[in-house]
Amino acid sequence: MGLLSRKATCNSHGQDSPYFLGWQEYEKNPYDEAKNPKGIIQMGLAENQLSFDLLESWMAKNPDAAGFKRDGQSIFRELALFQDYHGLPAFKKALVDFMAEIRGNKVTFDPNHMVLTAGATAANETLMFCLAEEGDALLLPTPYYPGFDRDLKWRPGVEIVPIQCTSFNRFQITASALEEAYQQAQKKNLRVKGVLVTNPSNPLGTTMTRGELDLLINFITAKEIHLISDEIYSGTVFSSPAFVSIMEVLKDRNLENTEVWDRVHIVYSLSKDLGLPGFRVGAIYSNDPIVVAAATKMSSFGLVSSQTQYLLSAMLSDKKFTKEYISKNHKRLQKRQSKLVSGLEKAGISCLESNAGLFCWVDMRHLLSSNTFEAEMELWKRIVYDVKLNISPGFSCHCTEPGWFRVCFANMSEDTQKLAMQRLKSFVDSMTINSQSHQELKNARRKSRTKWVFRLSFQSFHDREQDER
Amino acid sequence: MFSLLCTGVCNLLIANLLLVEFLHMGTHDLHPHVVDHRQELKHILLFGFCYEDVVYSLPLFSHSSILYPVLVHTQQLPYRKGLTNSARKIDMAIENEQPAVGLSKVAVSETHGEDSPYFAGWKAYDENPYDESSNQSGVIQMGLAENQVSFDLLEKYLEEHSEASSWGIGAPGFRENALFQDYHGLKSFRQAMANFMEQIRGGRAKFDPDRIVLTAGATAANELLTFILADPGDALLVPTPYYPGLDRDLRWRTGVKIVPIHCDSSNNFQVTPEALEAAYECAESMNLKVRGVLITNPSNPLGATIQRSVLEEILDFVTRKNIHLVSDEIYSGSTFSSSEFISIAEILEAHDYKNSERVHIVYSLSKDLGLPGFRVGTIYSYNDKVVTTARRMSSFTLISSQTQHLLACMLSNKEFTENYIKTNRESLRKRYEMIIKGLKNAGIECLKGNAGLFCWMNLSPLLEESTREGELALWKVILNEVRLNISPGSSCHCSEPGWFRVCFANMSEQTLEVALERIHKLMEQRKSKET
Repeated sequence: MGLLSRKATCNSHGQDSPYFLGWQEYEKNPYDEAKNPKGIIQMGLAENQLSFDLLESWMAKNPDAAGFKRDGQSIFRELALFQDYHGLPAFKKALVDFMAEIRGNKVTFDPNHMVLTAGATAANETLMFCLAEEGDALLLPTPYYPGFDRDLKWRPGVEIVPIQCTSFNRFQITASALEEAYQQAQKKNLRVKGVLVTNPSNPLGTTMTRGELDLLINFITAKEIHLISDEIYSGTVFSSPAFVSIMEVLKDRNLENTEVWDRVHIVYSLSKDLGLPGFRVGAIYSNDPIVVAAATKMSSFGLVSSQTQYLLSAMLSDKKFTKEYISKNHKRLQKRQSKLVSGLEKAGISCLESNAGLFCWVDMRHLLSSNTFEAEMELWKRIVYDVKLNISPGFSCHCTEPGWFRVCFANMSEDTQKLAMQRLKSFVDSMTINSQSHQELKNARRKSRTKWVFRLSFQSFHDREQDER
Repeated sequence: MFSLLCTGVCNLLIANLLLVEFLHMGTHDLHPHVVDHRQELKHILLFGFCYEDVVYSLPLFSHSSILYPVLVHTQQLPYRKGLTNSARKIDMAIENEQPAVGLSKVAVSETHGEDSPYFAGWKAYDENPYDESSNQSGVIQMGLAENQVSFDLLEKYLEEHSEASSWGIGAPGFRENALFQDYHGLKSFRQAMANFMEQIRGGRAKFDPDRIVLTAGATAANELLTFILADPGDALLVPTPYYPGLDRDLRWRTGVKIVPIHCDSSNNFQVTPEALEAAYECAESMNLKVRGVLITNPSNPLGATIQRSVLEEILDFVTRKNIHLVSDEIYSGSTFSSSEFISIAEILEAHDYKNSERVHIVYSLSKDLGLPGFRVGTIYSYNDKVVTTARRMSSFTLISSQTQHLLACMLSNKEFTENYIKTNRESLRKRYEMIIKGLKNAGIECLKGNAGLFCWMNLSPLLEESTREGELALWKVILNEVRLNISPGSSCHCSEPGWFRVCFANMSEQTLEVALERIHKLMEQRKSKET
């Protein structure tokens, strides 16, 4: 039998990592309020389930949009035949307007500079194919979304070199961290093609400061490299500071139509803000017409269904709706996040102060038996098997400090979240009570576990055998 | 196309740079038709020039001062763009321009194939499209393989089954559907697809829904399979003539090469064991590792199904060489009679699925159902590892769950699918007969076809010269004077000039009549010129 390619047989898809256990356990024993109240609660899934009612009510009032009709007339044929990789003009217009609205209309976007792709997963991969050769490197601040290991490395063959960020300054990017990462790449003989940041950050749930954005612009200008700003969570900024897009900073610094302007690219998607990951709607926005042209042609390999483009063009063109949606969505996210934060506080757990995203970056360092990733793994296993909560360990996000976990809050009901917090509190309380005997046990356990743990391949983690963020 | 118009010492420099680059190329990077004379060009070159991608050199101290014209095809030299950039830098230094910050070679290469003259036809159509009422002298689009003959059946279904496409307040279906991004795909949809594929094959083959991997179109499916089955620099063998999009789908981002299996009209363009061997040997001579054969059955652009004996031969060939076989069966539901299409799946079933892990089928709803905009493609593989890997890779090209839901409803409806398949076949057959008759009346022969949305027309008697240039000249006449956009065989890599693919299912009957009248007129004009 003929062999498969190297890409097929390597592990860059990242799905053989040991963290898959958490997902497997959840699938085996999923929590259900009525049918399985003792099951595992899914808190590792960054989905936005808080605002579906708004979408549903819009669709009930506007049945034409999903019914292939425009002004009562059927446009089914037109849509069924429409496979132009330039995308449905009405949809791109609606999408750029939506993006501008999210940014407080401080920036505007040109639909001709937008490329539609089947999700942000496809957008990021496509940008790699456009901007880098196999073996080139991209710098990414840690901690970062585990899916990037697959999206950037697997088929494009790009290497990721981490920009180490720490809790010392709330995980913000510093000039020295950037430079350090660049030097690391040089040492490994890797050609750095750019920096990729997620803003707002996954898993931190924070927006980047203007200072950080300035730093980035200075850095990519000096090194003459690209900057990709994945702004997939831009519509989830629920409290201050307000979201500042990289485009805004470029504009404020009068860098429009300069060389660096052409090297900044934005990735967007409706999977988080609108809670529609199934519809596969992603976009690349670039100021460089050559990148736009190349990415447009590449989008042939992952176009957005015209049926979906039409539905969403109708929805997002309804400015009354988008205004209401954005505002209500923010309020609900803010409420839910603060409930999670206070629930955690009651359990004596703090988290990074956050103003965006669908998750909190939770500090459980004080619960570790030692300041190591082995201990983090140990703790994580206990939380999955004993506390029955599936949360994402910081190691899977390439965090350099052990003890941090990403906990999602927007993918479950309020009651479920309450229950999760109760379970966590009980767990922490029991830990405190047993801390003495725990200390004795810990030493014994560590000896036998260390050997086994070191043999684990610390590969890229994937939350589940899908592409959730 | 890269060309240097030379004036001055600066450009001699460029020519020499190119020559030096050329001299250091690996043999396999040369165009297959180039004979490697490079050993004789060992000496310092002071004289030389470059015209339209051809490097001419007059070596000073060579043992022969023969001019060595060398055809250097742009696409065979992926790194040539780097040289182009440096060449450009010399020019730009003179013009004081800054070179663009590096994009990848893939981004700037031309392997997407869209600069070919073939696309000029599209441009002409876009600028002057025929319209039954408002632009009766416009260009009629006959280069688009779309199926527009069965929309009424789809529209009727949608009218009667609104649950397939709508959600109301509180409808639990919407949330679940909107959240569903599992790369396994909707089980109900995969089940419906498997059933549909079985029905198309008259129940002569079975499909397991768990072997179905969903992708956003067959375009994605073919590229994905190539990533899985071959490494950059490897080769896939593809029978000519073939769908021009394969040049992009199989080669562009994957870095894989296509080596043609030459077929000709002497036996109705069928693949022969000799042609397979010749292609394999050609690849070997270029130091290319062959990973598989990719066939399109029914064939695009031939519009004909592959015979059982030929399929057996191809299967035998790939088994002996221990390579893969990809069968793109995107037109399987567009055969004019149900019994004439034989899927590779049937052959495998007859062999008890022995050795089937090397076979993979690509399918899509873009042609049979006329839904190219919905991006519905599938890979069906008999190889577990390929299924698992393809599924994971499909993350980059998932089908919208909204669309999966719609089509799961539609294709689960046995009454609908049975009626659709039968009626669609019948309508296509009628169209085919109409165009064949019309062409025959005009004195034009076509390859005997039995499937697809197009016919393979033989205009070789009309060529001024039996060459690619002659064919393109005729194509231009048909485009600009007759105002029909049809696809020249050369764009499909046909080795015999004079063949054209003409689509018949993407227009109304009236428009087809108009097109046939125009063709008739052209032939009359030619006849009268001769007498």
